[in-house]
Amino acid sequence: MSANALTPGIAAGRLRSDDLQQNFADLHPPMGQHEAQVAADRCYFCHDAPCVTACPTAIDIPLFIRQIATGTPEAAAKTILSQNILGGMCARVCPTETLCEQACVRETAEGKPVRIGQLQRHATDILQAKAGHPFSRAAPTGRRIAVVGAGPAGLACAHRLAMKGHDVVVFDARPKAGGLNEYGIASYKSTDDFAQAEVNWLLGIGGISVQNGQALGRDITLAQLQAQYDAVFLGIGLGGVNALGADGDDKQNVLDAVDFIADLRQASDMATLPIGRDVVVIGGGMTAIDAAVQAKLLGALNVTLVYRRGRARMNASPFEQDLAASKGVRIITNATPVQVLGNGAVREIEFAYTDDTLTPTGDTFRLAADQVFKAIGQTLAGSGLPDTDKGKIATVGAGRTSIAGVWAGGDCATGGDDLTVTAVAQGRDAAEDIHATLTAEG
Amino acid sequence: MADLTSNFVGIKSPNPFWLASAPPTDKEYNVRRAFEAGWGGVVWKTLGEDGPPVVNVNGPRYGAIWGADRRLLGLNNIELITDRPLHVNLQEIKSVKRDYPDRAMIVSLMVPCVEEAWKAILPLVEETGADGVELNFGCPHGMSERGMGSAVGQVPEYIEMVTRWVKQNTRMPCIVKLTPNITDIRKPAAAAKAGGADAVSLINTINSITSVNLDLFAPEPTIDGKGAHGGYCGPAVKPIALNMVAEIARSADLRGLPISGIGGVTTWRDAAEYLAMGAGNVQVCTAAMTYGFKIVQEMISGLSDYLDSKDMHSPAELIGRAVPNTSDWQHLNLNYISKAKINQDLCISCGRCYAACEDTSHQAIAMSDDRVFTVKDDECVACNLCVNVCPVENCITMEQMAPGTTDPRTGKLVEADYGNWTTHPNNPNRVAAE
Repeated sequence: MSANALTPGIAAGRLRSDDLQQNFADLHPPMGQHEAQVAADRCYFCHDAPCVTACPTAIDIPLFIRQIATGTPEAAAKTILSQNILGGMCARVCPTETLCEQACVRETAEGKPVRIGQLQRHATDILQAKAGHPFSRAAPTGRRIAVVGAGPAGLACAHRLAMKGHDVVVFDARPKAGGLNEYGIASYKSTDDFAQAEVNWLLGIGGISVQNGQALGRDITLAQLQAQYDAVFLGIGLGGVNALGADGDDKQNVLDAVDFIADLRQASDMATLPIGRDVVVIGGGMTAIDAAVQAKLLGALNVTLVYRRGRARMNASPFEQDLAASKGVRIITNATPVQVLGNGAVREIEFAYTDDTLTPTGDTFRLAADQVFKAIGQTLAGSGLPDTDKGKIATVGAGRTSIAGVWAGGDCATGGDDLTVTAVAQGRDAAEDIHATLTAEG
Repeated sequence: MADLTSNFVGIKSPNPFWLASAPPTDKEYNVRRAFEAGWGGVVWKTLGEDGPPVVNVNGPRYGAIWGADRRLLGLNNIELITDRPLHVNLQEIKSVKRDYPDRAMIVSLMVPCVEEAWKAILPLVEETGADGVELNFGCPHGMSERGMGSAVGQVPEYIEMVTRWVKQNTRMPCIVKLTPNITDIRKPAAAAKAGGADAVSLINTINSITSVNLDLFAPEPTIDGKGAHGGYCGPAVKPIALNMVAEIARSADLRGLPISGIGGVTTWRDAAEYLAMGAGNVQVCTAAMTYGFKIVQEMISGLSDYLDSKDMHSPAELIGRAVPNTSDWQHLNLNYISKAKINQDLCISCGRCYAACEDTSHQAIAMSDDRVFTVKDDECVACNLCVNVCPVENCITMEQMAPGTTDPRTGKLVEADYGNWTTHPNNPNRVAAE
């Protein structure tokens, strides 16, 4: 007999496949043509628009929306992609409710912003469904640049460098390019293998070769790259995961949320993924929400997300918190794990209530747990890297590191939030700086 | 509650909302539905002389322009007068009028410019029990190529002549429908009056090409690769029609000539504006063609509530109220000075007022680093553009400067007295002030 939500322990196939398919379908289905026209018409075409200021990549949002409204979505897409080459993914994963849409004057006026993210997706989907690539390369410069990490920062950097006429080699430790776009985003935000389709589209500019399975420190070294290339860009993300630091956290089925999320993205059949009846996720950011929601969507009966501080301090936006609640995830705040209990594998986890300064109140409680997913932050991994600051590669200006000829951007580098869109901006700007530096050298 | 009963040139109807001569009034089935929905009257779609009826194109007859969310703003048509046999229309008119004796039944007519043609058709219309006739001197397409419709309406002498024939050959009230495709609407109106018309109705449709198909390189609506100009109507034409109504209403020569207002009436508010501008009633077409006959219920409740709010008991008290205030530019008070004022509590900081003023007007709005927009009184000429482009109603208002204060733009005292261009020192043709 097949498993269901009540099946004790960890089991695969708790839901029927059509339920799974529905659960993991596009979170925001694409807009239809008329819907997009109506949504676009709501844009006031603000002067020096606040939404543009709020966008880390400074996309000219009023212009692209006007281009949609006037029936030229491909021109709109080009406006978007000229600032943000991963505008398609950003349209899906950006926390627009805290960026452009929060700044939208219609949010101020009515609490209903122009649906900028969805409109961006509308335009980029139309352009990327067409054959060809909208940007072309400048005359070859003869320069070769190494990009380490094929995530949003590395890809944005590589594309901009290729546009400038440089040849780029992108090294990535994983079997597929895309970084967190491919391995680190909830499945319902990137359906139909969009991350790979976007990478392939991006590479359509030419001049970029991707070498997968090449990890810095294992297969290649920074010194080698510096010797062989005219410049190096590091977009290696945060490869380490913070430990729980509670007694018994080495028990079986105490897992990293990022691995769970990656497994979900790489699974060809969700019904094969085992999930506990009782699942506890620890953390308060997007990774925690993505893990908790997807645990529920896989058919877990009880999913509890526990965060050590109050709601207001959670990194996950109110939209994401509401999404989790709507899927049936219970959110408990002000509680810190103190003990993982179980004979070999986790069976229960004990929490202490803590106030916002993390001082325990003295009260504890226990939650049944077949699986515990840790989502309490990632750390920079690797040795021989440029100087760091607060656990990240220290940068000045457009991603310049302590080592001449080495730039860095994205989650591994200082500056900005750990967002896809921020990584794109940093990769793009570093590319411009690399180009300017190499050109100045003559 | 206000009594909406209307008496227009002796024709009574339970409300001042009539359906204009157009596709909605082409046959019994539609007109019965209109009366059931509450319309006060109809002008039956134009009848031609007896014989083989006209034919219409078999491709698209309408073209349109749209606003947001495909809201229809303007409609263009190339339909001709009724393409059904005369006797069928007459039988149906008689049948409907018999069943709805309290509703106004006007019959629109268009026959060749010979007296015999009018002598022939008028008795047939009288026999139906209809309340009046409307002479279609306005249709700008198709029929005008045959010397009728606007081809008559563009020649005041023809208008007068035909109107006189009609008045001589029927006891029915005669409304002359005017074309806007002329330079001075007062001339055809005067001709109608001279011919003995009981009223004029205006406007008929405006010559128009709504759009060009950029794949076919042909005007819309396109029939087999070709298009022809049509007649434009709908909300987009209201400002043009209102001006023409005003021109007649405030003309000394035409004062008192009853007007049936037509052109883009879509809501009760549009209707009320026409009445205030001197129309005795209104005729509606495009709004009904867009939303169906039920809209009249909103028009009835809206006009009634408005009249109540103004302590008016009937539309008659509203008719013409705006006419004395409709003047010429030269009589506007140049000593009236106002300044734009931005309500910071309502402002959503979109900056459209700034872009409009800075790029295209008087550089009279300041923008701070934190997006606070304020009016520079020493630059503001009170043009009202900021008010018009602001997406928030009442966020920007025009505030009158009190007499005795100094206008920071000119450094001059605001005068309490009225003063206009006719006596202004810069006017080379000024008349001496008394």
